[in-house]
Formats: sequence, structure tokens, C-alpha cells
Amino acid sequence: MSHIFIALVTLALAAAPVRAAGAPAAPAPAAPAFFAAGLTAADAPNDEGRAIDLSWTKAPGDTGGAAVFRGYQILRAEQAEGPFAEVGFAIGGKTSFRDNVAEGAVHYYRVRQLSAAGAAESETVGPVRAAAQWFDASRLNVLIVTVLLAFLLIWYIERAKKGEELFIRKIQGLDAIDEAVGRSTELGKPILYSFGLGEIRDIVTVASLAILRQVATKCAQHGTELLVPNWDPLVMAAAQETVQQAYSEPGRPDLYKEGNVSFLTTDQFGYAAGVDGMMLRQKPGAVFLLGYFYAEALLMSETGHSIGAIQIAGTTAITQLPFFIASCDYTLIGEEMLAASCYLKRDPQMLGSLKGEDFVKAALIIGFAALAVTGTVGVVLSRGGHGGLASVFQAIKDWFVTA
Amino acid sequence: MMHIIGTWIAAGLTLAIFSFLYKDNPFYKFAEHLYVGVSAAFAILYTWAFDVWPMLVEPMFYGRGAASAADRWILLVPMLFGLLMLSRWFPKIGWLSRWAIALTVGIAAGLGITGQIQGILLPQVAGTLVPLTSLDNVLMVVGVISTLVYFYFSIAQKGAVKVGSRLGMIFIMVAFGASFGYTVMARISLLIGRLYFLAYDWLHLVR
Repeated sequence: MSHIFIALVTLALAAAPVRAAGAPAAPAPAAPAFFAAGLTAADAPNDEGRAIDLSWTKAPGDTGGAAVFRGYQILRAEQAEGPFAEVGFAIGGKTSFRDNVAEGAVHYYRVRQLSAAGAAESETVGPVRAAAQWFDASRLNVLIVTVLLAFLLIWYIERAKKGEELFIRKIQGLDAIDEAVGRSTELGKPILYSFGLGEIRDIVTVASLAILRQVATKCAQHGTELLVPNWDPLVMAAAQETVQQAYSEPGRPDLYKEGNVSFLTTDQFGYAAGVDGMMLRQKPGAVFLLGYFYAEALLMSETGHSIGAIQIAGTTAITQLPFFIASCDYTLIGEEMLAASCYLKRDPQMLGSLKGEDFVKAALIIGFAALAVTGTVGVVLSRGGHGGLASVFQAIKDWFVTA
Repeated sequence: MMHIIGTWIAAGLTLAIFSFLYKDNPFYKFAEHLYVGVSAAFAILYTWAFDVWPMLVEPMFYGRGAASAADRWILLVPMLFGLLMLSRWFPKIGWLSRWAIALTVGIAAGLGITGQIQGILLPQVAGTLVPLTSLDNVLMVVGVISTLVYFYFSIAQKGAVKVGSRLGMIFIMVAFGASFGYTVMARISLLIGRLYFLAYDWLHLVR
């Protein structure tokens, strides 16, 4: 029986070339028709008119990796009939592409799929034109929060203007300003004030200017010399104006020396070296390090500590605050710096704005607590098949996600 | 040869700066003044070469980088405000520089508000909205709330507020402690880099 089987197989193999030679060749696999009736091109939303978004349905053959399916060529033309030129490429698996274009120009698109079986192009879509949008809808949450904050600030400022008494708690570092100026005066030593590497556009620098004004006023009252070495020329100009005005208020403009509010350098460690040198040679009785600081914070505060100066520091730079806390007598942490100007000046407008900020904090505290409970209950209920509350919690959370 | 001279100068200046660890001395003073002077001069050249020339002079007077005539004319505005800053050299009209400073501060405040809300406030709120289903989440929510209580300025810190504020301060200090250790490690790596330069490039002690 096995002999018969082997003989049949042998005959079949022997006959096969004969049949193949006599038959017409099998047709090569045809290039696949393009998948995408679904190619769309539209102006990219929420932009300044510089992009067009293309999307298409995934090709049937787009499954086997780069060896089988290379990807999609993005072709663009200025007219429907072409010529089309490649403007981008999307690898297999991708079904969208953002084409950066000039605003206002008209474009037509095709997508060409490249696979081992061949290439195929979609139909032409267009015309499509990139246009700028007046409003970025993806930032609606930012607008709402900004308007709410502005409303609250204006509301409380108006209340403060009407004479309502607004309380501010004690801020330790700021109360020590008098002590620091007084001590320097008694010792007959100057006071050194640094903004660090803050620029004039930094909010913390603006807050520091308000504190400088207070310090300068006290220096003028006591006749104490004030040194303000600067890293940024614009901050120097603002500091000169501030100190000059502060010296004029108690009627001592004669004590103001423009050279004491000076520019050192815009190099970080050059500035630190210069300030350290000033500290060592002029031995100030008090050092104020209030502004934005980077790695130079510790170099300067350690030098101030080594000369025995009373040091008051403050910054919003989280990485430098630990160094100030370790090496300075008083440290203003983060927003305490920003609240300082309100605390010192007691100006109704500033007090109102601080009260408005506190209202937001209260809302956040209540909101975080309430939503944490809501989310927890939602998770517990969703385990029992009731996912409604969890969905609401997720929707609230998603609202705060920014684009 | 120039490389060797450069290495010796760099090594000498490094040692001069390190001599500050002992006390203030003429070598440190020399290195400090040299450093401040050279870096100030470099900053002036840098500002001219990378800001004023390519962003103002070239597009305005040579048309390079300006897409249209309107792009060139609009540059008159920053040029005017830049010139106003220079008015500080002339005491009689020095007050004009305040306009430029006011513009800079005003723009910064406007940009800062939306930037802070979009970049910090909203993402932090979204990140803090978590269910209390793990110890991590509980610590985060309690930490954020108590820290906010610490930074609440318009209420006296008494009773429950005082407790919340103290708790917030503990969270803040724990965070600062972690940050302190991390930054010290980074600083030590900078010191190692400088010592390596002295030992390898200058003294050739390390191969």
C-alpha cells in the first residue's frame, strides 16, 4: 500500500512542471484599492491658522509591521489636479496627520498607502484653508477661572476701599525688618539688599520692590547706608527709582546715593562672587535676600551668615527655600513674599486683593475635601455596579485639565 | 601650547576662588573682580550679538527675517521703548525710562496671570482631585489642604486653623528636606567636576 502511495506522489511531482509550463502565469496580486473613503481634511481648531488636520480610516493591510506595511505618504497640492508633492509621512498604525501651512492658502490633499503589495492613493480632498480662530475653546476653563478671580479681587478691593477692616495675620520675617535695620544702625554698618536673579517681569521681583521701599524708608529715617547690587539692569533701574522715592518720603533725599544701587553682572556666579565680596569687605549688619534665586542662594546666604549679619530671606523658588531656612534668621516662604507688600503697606487696594486670594484658597480647601469624599464614594459605588457618581467626579476632574 | 596656558589660567583662577574658603584674600579679590568684569562685558556683547542685532537691526534695516513691511515697522515700537530706557543717562529726561519699565511690568503681569492659571493652578487642582483609596492619595489631599491653610493670611491662626497650619508646615518642611538632600547631591557633583578638572586636566594625576 505504501509503495502505491509513494509512486503516486512521485508521479505527481514529476508531472507538476509540465502542467505549470503549459498553463498561463498566475496574476500578480493587484495593488490594493485605497481604503479611505474616509479621508478628511479640515482646518485645525483653536489655533492661529497655521495647520490643517488630516484623518483617514486604517488600511486593511495596516497590521503586519513595517516589513508588510510601510505607512502613509501625505501629498499636498495647490490645485485639485495637482501636482501633488509629499509634505509628510505617517507610519503604519497612524490615522491622522497635522500639516503646518501658511494662513489663508488653499490646499488639496491625498494620502498614499505604501505596502508590500504596492501603493495606492486616496481620492483628492479639498479645497481646505487654514484660518485663525479668535477664541481658543480648549482654554475656556482658563478664561472662566481668570474672570472669577478678577471678579473676586475687584469685589474685595472695592470693599476695602469703602473702609472695611480686613485682617492679616502676623508674618514673622516682615516684622523682623525693623529689628534688622535697627541693629545695623546701632552697629554703624550698612544694609545689603539683593533681588537674586529675578527679572523685572517676575511677580516675586515686583513684590520684593515693595519690601525694598519699606526697608529704604527705614534706612532713610535712621540714616543707614543701603547697598543694592543688581543682576538685571531693568531691576536696577526700578530699584533706583524705588530707593530714591523712599529716601524722599521722610525728607532725606540727600542721603540717597545712586551708586549704592548698582549693576554687577548678568552672570549667575559672577553676581554671587561680587555680592559675597561686598559682604566680606563692607560687612553689612543686615542682609535681605528677597527675590528669585537659583544656585547662588546658598553661596550668598552662607557668606552673610559667616559675617554675622542678621539675614531675612524670601523666595518663591522651592528648591532654594531649604537653603534659606537653614542659613538665614527669617525666611519668607513662597506666597508670604507676595503677601509682604500688602502686610507692610496696609493699602486698602492691596489688602482687598489679598482677601480675594484667600477666598479662592478657602474655595479650594472646601472643594478638595468635598470632591475627595465624592470620588471615594464614587469608587465604592462603582464596584457595586453604580458608576454614576464616579463619572461625575471624573467629569469635574477633566474640566480642570488644560490643553 | 595655548591649551596648556588656558588650563593653567583656569586652574589658577579655580584655586583663587577656592581660597575664599579660608578667608577673603588678594587672590580671591583678583579672581572675583576679573570674573565680574569679564562676565559683564560678555553680557553686553551677547545682548548685542544675539538680541539687538538679529531681532532688531537685521530685520529692520536689512529686511532679514521680516516677512513683510508691517513686520519691519512694528519693530519701531520695541526700538522706541529701548531708547527710552537709555534716557536714564540724561537726568532731565530720565523719567521717560519709567514708561519702558511700566510696559514690561504690565505685560509680565498680564502674561503671568493666565500663565499661572493655565500652567500651575488648574493642573494642580486636577492632580489633587483624587479619591481617597490609597495612603498616597490621602497624604496628598491632606498635605495640599493643610498647606493651603498655612498660606491663609486673612484669618488668625487659632484653634483648628492653627492645627491645620502646623500640619501644613510639617508637610512643607518634609518637602524642603527632600529637596535639600537632592540639591546637595547635585552641588557635590559640581564640586567633583571641578576637582576632576584640577586632578585630570591640570595636574594629570588621574588617567
